[in-house]
Amino acid sequence: MGTEEIIWNGVAAFLVLCIYTFLYKDNPFYKFAEHLVVGVSAGYFAVILYYNGFVPKLITPLKQGQWVYIIPAILGMMMWTRFSKKWSWLSRFSLAFYIGSGTGFAIPLYMQNYVLRQFSSSMLPMGFSSWALFCNILIIVGVLSALVYFFFSKEHTGIFGGTAKIGIWTLMIGFGAGFGLTVMGRISLLAERVVFLREYLLELKYYLYLLFKYGLPL
Amino acid sequence: MKKLCWKILLLPLFIYFIFFSYSLASATETSTETISANQWFNSQRINVFIILIVFFAFVLYFIQKAKRGGSLFVRRIAGLDAIEDAVGRATEMGKPILYISGIEDMDNLQTVASMIILGNVAEMVAAYDVPLIVPVCLPFVVTVAEESVKQGYAKAGRPEAYNRNNVRYLTSEQFAYAAGVNGIMLREKPAANFMFGSFYAESLLMAETGLSTGAIQVAGTANIHQLPFFVVACDFTLIGEELFAASAYLSREPKLLGSLKASDLAKFLIMVMLVFGVLLETFGITKFTYWFFVQ
Repeated sequence: MGTEEIIWNGVAAFLVLCIYTFLYKDNPFYKFAEHLVVGVSAGYFAVILYYNGFVPKLITPLKQGQWVYIIPAILGMMMWTRFSKKWSWLSRFSLAFYIGSGTGFAIPLYMQNYVLRQFSSSMLPMGFSSWALFCNILIIVGVLSALVYFFFSKEHTGIFGGTAKIGIWTLMIGFGAGFGLTVMGRISLLAERVVFLREYLLELKYYLYLLFKYGLPL
Repeated sequence: MKKLCWKILLLPLFIYFIFFSYSLASATETSTETISANQWFNSQRINVFIILIVFFAFVLYFIQKAKRGGSLFVRRIAGLDAIEDAVGRATEMGKPILYISGIEDMDNLQTVASMIILGNVAEMVAAYDVPLIVPVCLPFVVTVAEESVKQGYAKAGRPEAYNRNNVRYLTSEQFAYAAGVNGIMLREKPAANFMFGSFYAESLLMAETGLSTGAIQVAGTANIHQLPFFVVACDFTLIGEELFAASAYLSREPKLLGSLKASDLAKFLIMVMLVFGVLLETFGITKFTYWFFVQ
């Protein structure tokens, strides 16, 4: 590891430790790291938006004579009218267009991915081996009772309430499994950071050894 | 009116059977040469189209019913009743309320639902005269959040109490946003944290910090992988569709109530069709299941 890498990895290790100080309580080190990451990322995203959005999706098509792109450009500029009290109402057209088109795109996709795919996958036959039969019944009962839980037109009382309770239990079992899976993922992230800090300390130790022994930075 | 609704419901089925019989007839012919061309309609998604038309017919019917003043019962949702309690607690403590709308843009339905809830929360907060802090992750959501909060204050009859500086853009980077929100939780010590919208890996970071500050936390998302974190770290959690029901529940607007009732009817039909489909599958008839299959 060269001098440059030692310095930059040192900055990274320092910032990692700054963030970990949050485990104790809010302190100036955490505040520094927090403000740095928020500021840097906000600036970074502004540049990303310019080069990945503004240039290829507006400037380049306009240069190629695709004048239809003037329409989104005007809608975009109308957003700037928010700075004027007199003209700020114009920005509502852009908002309406974006929310309307976004929702219009999203509804069929939701229906397709979150309803139809799951619905067709839940229609399982009941005639295989006893274990498969048990699993299929479990899935169907789970799906039906969870759907009952999400009924808002009827109070959860009596048999209906009992079924809804089975539904919430089904959901909670699913959440428990999901929680365990994600926690394991987070622990692997923690392990990766610990390995990074350990390797950096070893490299730093070796670098300082060479520096003091030979007086030459690598 | 009832006759009209039945016609609306039966029309897509009629169209489908004509279309389906035509496609079966054409499938038997041997194709010789094919030339690809742009198409306005994806015939492989005809099932999505028909189901959406039927669903929209339900929505329109129930909206009309709600507008005519018909009684549309919606059961109590505990998490939403807790919002008012949390606002009351914040008023007593003299501390602000934090509203987090997730990290997705306005083209996500959860963010749209979150903005409707934000308007209702703002109306409630304006009545109690408590500061409402809304840190936002994406630039476009800032403008919508500003509008929602402003309208909420106006509805409560206190437009002058709206403080534009409380709707804050932080950053579009996921974890930087989480760090910023955590900072607000620690320094401004809100008495209540509301988290409604689309959340990802940052959900636990924020919910855990909120828990450590002692704030009442009410959260809601339809992102299944993040729900377990909200369940363990928040006082109340709106699970999945409860988030979408929340806007109707809080506002009691006919349009929203109508769509909620329509989704209930759609769920009932799904349950009936599911049982029917399982029976058909058991007897080896797969055509029904195949119709719902999306390529």
